[in-house]
Amino acid sequence: MASIQVDQISKSFGNVQAVNAVSFAVEKGELFGLIGPDGAGKTTLFKMLTSLLIPDSGEAWVEGYHTVKDFKKIRRIIGYMPGKFSLYQDLTVAENLDFFATIFGTTIQENYHLIEDIYVQIEPFRKRRAGKLSGGMKQKLALCCALIHEPKVLFLDEPTTGVDAVSRAEFWEMLGRLKEKGITILVSTPYMDEATLCERIALIQGGNILQIDTPDHITSNYGKPLYAVRSDEFYRLLNELRDQAFALRVEPFGEYLHLTTNDAVSEQDVRDFLQANAHQNIELKPVPASVEDVFLDLM
Amino acid sequence: MQTAIKTESLTKTFGEFTAVNAITFEVKEGEIFGFLGANGAGKTTAIKMLIGLSRPTSGEAKVAGFDVYKEAELIKQNIGYMSQKFSLYEDLTVYQNIRFYGGIYGLKRKQIKEKSAQIIETLGLTEQAHKVVGSLPQGWKQRLAFAISGVHDPKIIFMDEPTGGVDPATRRQFWEMIYQTANNGTTIFVTTHYMDEAEYCNRISIMVDGRIDAMGTPRDLKTQFEAESMDEVFVKLVRGK
Repeated sequence: MASIQVDQISKSFGNVQAVNAVSFAVEKGELFGLIGPDGAGKTTLFKMLTSLLIPDSGEAWVEGYHTVKDFKKIRRIIGYMPGKFSLYQDLTVAENLDFFATIFGTTIQENYHLIEDIYVQIEPFRKRRAGKLSGGMKQKLALCCALIHEPKVLFLDEPTTGVDAVSRAEFWEMLGRLKEKGITILVSTPYMDEATLCERIALIQGGNILQIDTPDHITSNYGKPLYAVRSDEFYRLLNELRDQAFALRVEPFGEYLHLTTNDAVSEQDVRDFLQANAHQNIELKPVPASVEDVFLDLM
Repeated sequence: MQTAIKTESLTKTFGEFTAVNAITFEVKEGEIFGFLGANGAGKTTAIKMLIGLSRPTSGEAKVAGFDVYKEAELIKQNIGYMSQKFSLYEDLTVYQNIRFYGGIYGLKRKQIKEKSAQIIETLGLTEQAHKVVGSLPQGWKQRLAFAISGVHDPKIIFMDEPTGGVDPATRRQFWEMIYQTANNGTTIFVTTHYMDEAEYCNRISIMVDGRIDAMGTPRDLKTQFEAESMDEVFVKLVRGK
């Protein structure tokens, strides 16, 4: 039995279809990522899976419990970290943690082994009010509070949004360790580069799942020649390439453009074109597709 | 090439605490400059000094040719500002928003009319010009907000996390608009947590504990730190301190 089973689940608000007949399954102990921008439906999906919203249609189960019929049971076995910081701002770090342990009928001591390597990082601030913590600290405290009752499944809704790159990297290292303890983790993120840190991902946009697979499979199935290209006149390069029939797609990717061509042209053809247009300091190299390339292609 | 921003040992202290510690850097006209740093590194304090909202404790800075001590008001008139959260008025129409901000910046009625026509045409919003902004898709709102931040033809536009959380296609449309604006000579000053967003900048500085600890093109920094991505550069720099 899968840890999370989602079957044709839908939810709309007025005439906005937030989640549209979404199905997927997450195995026990898997680290599964929902990758998509703001407004993709990630949060609505999380709320349905954590029993906080009732789907318009479709069904879902978490550890075999039905999200509507067995909602009380689900709430005891999951940890949920909402996208918006939802701890008590006026309580200290230690008080927040104690509070969550108590309402789940446990103590910090009993499950300290689960949170230890996260908690030690915020322990120096245990007397500080949660509202006064930095973004990275808040995120660590929220994770501790979501873990303190030893959940079987963790739901993390955009845990790394608004957090600096160092804290993000540390957070993903922590998730890797939690996974080793057998906890199923469903995590959402708008950062495409975080997709590769998950075992499997679902790309989601406009309430629809575009693709589900391992990050490696998703990127290796791109199937068309892809180059990174740059020259001194970046903006002119972009516009000129866009006008070429051989260019299926030209997208800025940081300091390079990603150029997807049809199969009829070779790397040398592209190079000749760039030289004929008098570009200076040309760089052109084939590159493997990233999750973001695939996402753009599927949109 | 002209200099848009120039600072020399710019410093701000609050009591015993040095928030910004003698930062020196220069941004050229038409450059897209990324101003990065960890939470609490001093970015916000530095920017407040640059846009004339906070008086430096010591050091020099000129922004758009004006002195931050003596000409703060002139700086404000010559810069634009757009943040991720910077909200257009959702209950006003596209046209009304442009007119409102044009008015705030003291544009004459005729100029506002010309600017509105220009912005609406460039963004392809002719049919939506009299619709309320709240009804537009996010990507359009964002491009409109950017266009409006330039309604008074500022020399420099400051942006705070301009494309956080938006979908990859919208993000690119937006960056293309930034490239175009920079190509026409406007300087773009971007602060962001998103290192992949930083890779779109021509040049980047990274603040750690009030100092600028690294500066260069994304490519130079990646070479210098033997890193594959800006994310890695940032982590190495901040962790390695």
